[in-house]
Amino acid sequence: MSTAPDQTRPATSGLPAAQSFDRRAALLFALVALLFIGTGFMQSWNTTLTILNMGLVSAIMALGVNMQWGYAGLFNVGIMGFVALGGLAAVLVSMPPVGEAWAAGGLRVLLGLVLGAATIVAAILAYMRLPVGRMRTLAMLVILVGGFILYRRVFDAGVAAVEAIDPATTGYLGGLGLPIILAWPVGGLLAAGAAWIIGKTALGLRSDYLAIATLGISEIIIAVLKNEDWLARGVKNVTGLPRPVPYEIDLQANERFLAFADRIGADPVTFSSITVKLSYAALFVVVLLTLIWLSEKAWNSPWGRMMRAIRDNEVSASAMGKDVKARHLQVFILGSAIVGMAGAMMTTLDSQLVPGTYQPLRFTFLVWVMVIVGGSGNNWGAVLGGFLIWWLWIQVEPLGTLLMQGITAGMSEDAWLRNHLLDSAAYMRLFTMGVILLLVLRFSPRGLIPER
Amino acid sequence: MDFLNAFVALLNFVIIPATAYGAQLALGALGVTLIYGILRFSNFAHGDTMAFGTMVVILCTWGLQALGMDGIGPLPTALLALPVGIAATGLLVIGTDRAVYRFYRTQKAKPVIYVIASLGVMFIMNGIVRFIIGVDDQRFGDGERFIISARTFREMTGLEEGLAFRTSQGLTIAVAVIAVVLLFWFLNRTRTGKSMRAFSDNEDLALLSGINPERVVMITWLIVAALATTAGVLYGLDKSFKPFTYFQLLLPIFAAAIVGGLGNPVGAILGGFVIAFSEVGVTYAFRKVVTYLAPGGWEPEGLLQLLSTDYKFAVSFGILLIVLLFRPTGIMKGKSV
Repeated sequence: MSTAPDQTRPATSGLPAAQSFDRRAALLFALVALLFIGTGFMQSWNTTLTILNMGLVSAIMALGVNMQWGYAGLFNVGIMGFVALGGLAAVLVSMPPVGEAWAAGGLRVLLGLVLGAATIVAAILAYMRLPVGRMRTLAMLVILVGGFILYRRVFDAGVAAVEAIDPATTGYLGGLGLPIILAWPVGGLLAAGAAWIIGKTALGLRSDYLAIATLGISEIIIAVLKNEDWLARGVKNVTGLPRPVPYEIDLQANERFLAFADRIGADPVTFSSITVKLSYAALFVVVLLTLIWLSEKAWNSPWGRMMRAIRDNEVSASAMGKDVKARHLQVFILGSAIVGMAGAMMTTLDSQLVPGTYQPLRFTFLVWVMVIVGGSGNNWGAVLGGFLIWWLWIQVEPLGTLLMQGITAGMSEDAWLRNHLLDSAAYMRLFTMGVILLLVLRFSPRGLIPER
Repeated sequence: MDFLNAFVALLNFVIIPATAYGAQLALGALGVTLIYGILRFSNFAHGDTMAFGTMVVILCTWGLQALGMDGIGPLPTALLALPVGIAATGLLVIGTDRAVYRFYRTQKAKPVIYVIASLGVMFIMNGIVRFIIGVDDQRFGDGERFIISARTFREMTGLEEGLAFRTSQGLTIAVAVIAVVLLFWFLNRTRTGKSMRAFSDNEDLALLSGINPERVVMITWLIVAALATTAGVLYGLDKSFKPFTYFQLLLPIFAAAIVGGLGNPVGAILGGFVIAFSEVGVTYAFRKVVTYLAPGGWEPEGLLQLLSTDYKFAVSFGILLIVLLFRPTGIMKGKSV
């Protein structure tokens, strides 16, 4: 499956190992860099770095989605769910464990979960092992109903006990109290696990079905995060996650830091905030570059060629002995893991997990705009799209407000229309993203940096 | 008596709400399934099409209410505004088709390209709706609130349990029946409807027998606009209008269409009710009903609720998954491209 309906490959770039980062890509990256630098001069460097950090995270998400879509043509619209799982990992890894809650009902909750999982496994085993017939249906029903009752008996009491422990500040089991950096790979693992379950059921069916299934699972993951207070406090949010970088306050109290700030003539408060953001950016850049390097290696490897062969013609690829379903599952899990990792990084950056902020438009469909605009099937393209679209997403709002101020300049102060237009300017960004997506899809379907 | 009370409670909290909700989902799923049958892609902008149509209806209703209207007799004013909403939505979707989808039709693009294009359309419609009416809850119902209120029912029957039958629920069911009858009459009896079905069954053969594809597509969009607006207005009257909720309706609607068999109108209706009844049934606390039925001393301790209402998406999703695993073409046989 290819992005472009009229995909005509240039004859000159027939070699699979052709450089994907060429002059055009360099130019475009330079332009996006100019946008960021311009923001620094026009607004403030602090803003630039804030946008840049989320841009880095977005670029990693786009890289993951590009792996699924660009490499294998899998249409995943459940990105939000994987991002949220990464966020959950950040909480589970980094927050200190709540001893009282564990003593009150922690083991009971875990036992309940194990029982629930065992029920499902038993039902699946019964389905696969028993001979087809009425007995099998009956056995499965008995296992499922009995298991469910047992699970609720054990689980509900445990949850109630855990959530009763100081609900205003904790009321959950807490995490492992480990450094939050560890959450990044763990987030990837969690997302990979979820992707395995989805992939096992929905891959191999038609592309639309995978889309609906992923859309559904992402909504469910958010519902779980919002309602299971024992897990991550639900809508009460977990705040104050530990950081992998120093705190501004500590920096401002540090003699050497103050001396350094003084020497370059910077305001210590602003400078400390910029230093923190730069440290995050440095960590994210390391992850991003590693992932790009790995993705490029994979893309140019026999494995990458096989994936593209499968994408472009599943029938002939399977005729050549390639296991299409297994490869799809593999790349689906890989891509989701990268997205989950990005999700953990984002929660680390925010220092809090707020399940209410996970919106499909922002976390699923915006990432899709990044991939399509940047250039599906090109890792550098996806990364470029991540930076560019994130910058636009942030900057369209002030631009929209400016535009509206221009339009409404002639109206009287208390005109209803004027206030309405000014208030609604924020929604311009949705409109703009839609227009950009449609324009790129129509006039440059292969994206800004096309696949080589 | 207890048995009657249990039945009334079940009727009041499960059967009536689920029937109304099922009718709303069925109308939505019919729209999705028609687009799938004729244009052969899953339209992700359908929820936002519903939101747009409902928004136009709400604005008109407010206008009429400002002129002093308070319902058409017992019925809500919104019914009078419905044709305007349908017309506006029809113009919007046909405009969208001209500007976006037609290009890909001439290119014979793959279905997934249409789906991505529909994501773009979704963003735009989302932006328009939020720009015009904002993100908040809007209520626009008026007229008589109840056909039977819980109090009158109790006085009438002398039962302990009350039964409330809201006008919006009765209206939903009545309008849905009329819409479905009209749709099936159109598809099965008129020449245009037959050409639509022919086009859906076999495009090449339909082209060969001189059916104009552009006309079929245009009529499909018009019908979809009518169905989507009606579904959206009924849902809004029954619950309330909030753009984000309409976007989220996409999941149960898709589930209904797929469960019933994509491309199959009868299946879409069936799927709508399957999803609605499971969603309401699984998230309803059956304690009250069981308490009436259980012999003395056997009253249940817990709420007897299988899942909390926040997990209603999980229900649509679970059914969807089961159907996909065991019967990928849906209950009624749908298309599988």
